[in-house]
Amino acid sequence: MNFDLSEDDAALQDSVARWVQQRYPFDARRKLAAQAPGFSAAHWREMAELGWLALPFDEAHGGLGGGPLATALMLEQLGKGLVLEPYLPNLLLFGRLLQRAAAPHQALLPALIEGRLQGALAWQERHSRHELADVQTTLRPAGAGLVLDGEKVLVANGAAAEQLVVSARSAGGRFDTAGLSLVRIDATAPGVERTPLQLMDGQWVAHFRFRNVAVAPEQLLCAPGEGFALLQQTVHEAMLALCAEAFGVMQLLQASTLEYVKTRNQFGVTIGSFQALQHRLVDMYTALEQTRALLVRAVCSAEDRSADALRDLLALKVMVGKAGRLIGGEAVQMHGGMGMTDELVVGHGMKRLMVIDTSFGNAEVQRARFAALPA
Amino acid sequence: MDARFSDEENAFRAEVRAFLQQAWTPELAARVDDDDSYPQAIGEWQRRLFERGWVAPGWPRQHGGCEWTPTQRYLYELERSAIGAPEVPPFGIKMVGPVIIQFGNAAQQARFLPRILRAQDWWCQGYSEPGAGSDLASLKTRAERAGDHYIVNGQKIWTTYAQHADWMFCLVRTDHAARRQDGISFLLIDMKTPGIRVQPIVSIDGVHSLNEVFFDNVRVPVDNLVGEQDRGWTYAKSLLAHERTAIAGVGDSKRRLRRLRQLAQRETCGGKPLAEDPILQARLADIEIELMALETMELRALFEASKGKGPGPESSLLKIKGSEVQQAIQAVMMELAGLYGAVLPGGLDAQAIGHDFGDEARRAYMYGRAATIYGGSNEVQKNITAKAVLGL
Repeated sequence: MNFDLSEDDAALQDSVARWVQQRYPFDARRKLAAQAPGFSAAHWREMAELGWLALPFDEAHGGLGGGPLATALMLEQLGKGLVLEPYLPNLLLFGRLLQRAAAPHQALLPALIEGRLQGALAWQERHSRHELADVQTTLRPAGAGLVLDGEKVLVANGAAAEQLVVSARSAGGRFDTAGLSLVRIDATAPGVERTPLQLMDGQWVAHFRFRNVAVAPEQLLCAPGEGFALLQQTVHEAMLALCAEAFGVMQLLQASTLEYVKTRNQFGVTIGSFQALQHRLVDMYTALEQTRALLVRAVCSAEDRSADALRDLLALKVMVGKAGRLIGGEAVQMHGGMGMTDELVVGHGMKRLMVIDTSFGNAEVQRARFAALPA
Repeated sequence: MDARFSDEENAFRAEVRAFLQQAWTPELAARVDDDDSYPQAIGEWQRRLFERGWVAPGWPRQHGGCEWTPTQRYLYELERSAIGAPEVPPFGIKMVGPVIIQFGNAAQQARFLPRILRAQDWWCQGYSEPGAGSDLASLKTRAERAGDHYIVNGQKIWTTYAQHADWMFCLVRTDHAARRQDGISFLLIDMKTPGIRVQPIVSIDGVHSLNEVFFDNVRVPVDNLVGEQDRGWTYAKSLLAHERTAIAGVGDSKRRLRRLRQLAQRETCGGKPLAEDPILQARLADIEIELMALETMELRALFEASKGKGPGPESSLLKIKGSEVQQAIQAVMMELAGLYGAVLPGGLDAQAIGHDFGDEARRAYMYGRAATIYGGSNEVQKNITAKAVLGL
């Protein structure tokens, strides 16, 4: 048993924390979020130069071979600054899928690691909510090749993406896991129509329509109809990183709320001296510590490839949803009228936590999945 | 980062399990479960542990302890709770023993420690008073020096098992100092001394384990003062920290949650097991997730302890969440029992009513109310955390 970070991991944590502090004062973030693609190309280049984009990839592809722990440390720090750069959608979803795919797809990883490529995973459909297998976009044979038809919604990093991995049905019924294929296409290929949209947490996503998009067999990431396992595994890894980001956001909200109640004066005293607020601040802190514990637990079991890894991950996602709602809501409440202003970081943190909760299925969804696991 | 136990630790765990399986017999379990035979049976259990050398995990070897590492103590607790064996009464081993070891003199150590290890003396705790609960430092029971004796007058309350106790460790006021905490002393009182009267309190679980204890000119030899006069508050505080380290009760809650799942499978409504109710499933999942978080919080505290750090402010969180989880489990069990859980023992046996766990559920639920009250109520723990951790 050892819960201390190695020197390397601690150094990574420190350097990301410093970068976030320098690059992400809240005003700078607001300016970046205002226009698509909602992040800074210069920041992305810096992150590449610092080697951070190489972190989640295997050494065989020019990566640093960082595991679940290193990725979680990275995302936790990014969360503390509500960083907008698309680390998760571009690298952990799109990139890690490519790493798992056939060799021609892996050949794109150096460009990704050098910061020269933006990609996205288009999996969600207007009816599917969090269900990865509920896919009506189709992939059908046409002559020597294939043709892609359908629609994908709320594609993270969709506004910036040059390339997309799209889940599409080549066989089976609407909810079947069998028969799902994954194809990589150019985001500007003929028949692809893109509409960028902004979400409440500041990130720019896109809505995609595919009409008779020609797909060559080499564009399949794996054998046709066998994409689900690949997709699910990648999404589960990204969920762990997303929870680490949430933990960072929670720390941000907890710290700014504590600072506020210690300085805000009413009735001649700081409002932090009121026991009614003190106990609620302890409840926030407890929720934060419970999240930390389950994050540590899920990271350790992912690192060990333990049989409990999925159980631990689902428990964590449930807690992230519940603790996030508590901490986000209380942070706004305790900032009073100030908590209502768009000019304060607090509301933005709350919105980011809400988006994280609902991403890939909220606390209630994950709890039902958790309850259905064999004991 | 690595949450796994080492090979040595796993070997230790197997050794503990093998011993418990042989020593914790169904016959002894039945007698420990029965209120009438409990005092004698629990003493017998403690002596089995004593003979194995495992009765005092945290004591130094020179006093008959095992000097287990915090991790070994945790593993022992896991195995003990998994098999359903009880903790030995904490008053001697966990509470007064460490204080006598740390602050007592050689004569006190020689006189009391061997008898504590062998369960030859029952101890009770004389802290709370009618006017001093969460605000313990406001206690009023006073001890006045008269030659080589203290004369003790006053009243203690919520004294668990005072009716069986041979000795009480007791906080008394010896000085009216400017700071209330400065005038308190730690006395060991023979319960057979004239002037002591024990009056039972029946608690809401229908059981007599609590008492009021009255002192009327009780003469206590000065030799029974632990440490220095007026310094007892410091000693008691160190003891409370000990008390909080194991209070999360993760292992026991795990066992009770397993029991809950078995009962939910067995009990039916409308011909279907209650376990198939999605609302119940969600509640059990929530409890289990809280328990998983608690377990890792405790492991992390354990890891810090293994580096030589004492129990820090995180012990308050363990106490708060641990007691909340216990009560959540008790609440669901009470619901599973339904109205059958309201039946008081007496008229018909439980089988005839149709449910054999109603009594168990009701007593656990009622006694379990105490968990958020004792050891510093959860509200007091929140005050401590707000001050010590959040700097408020």
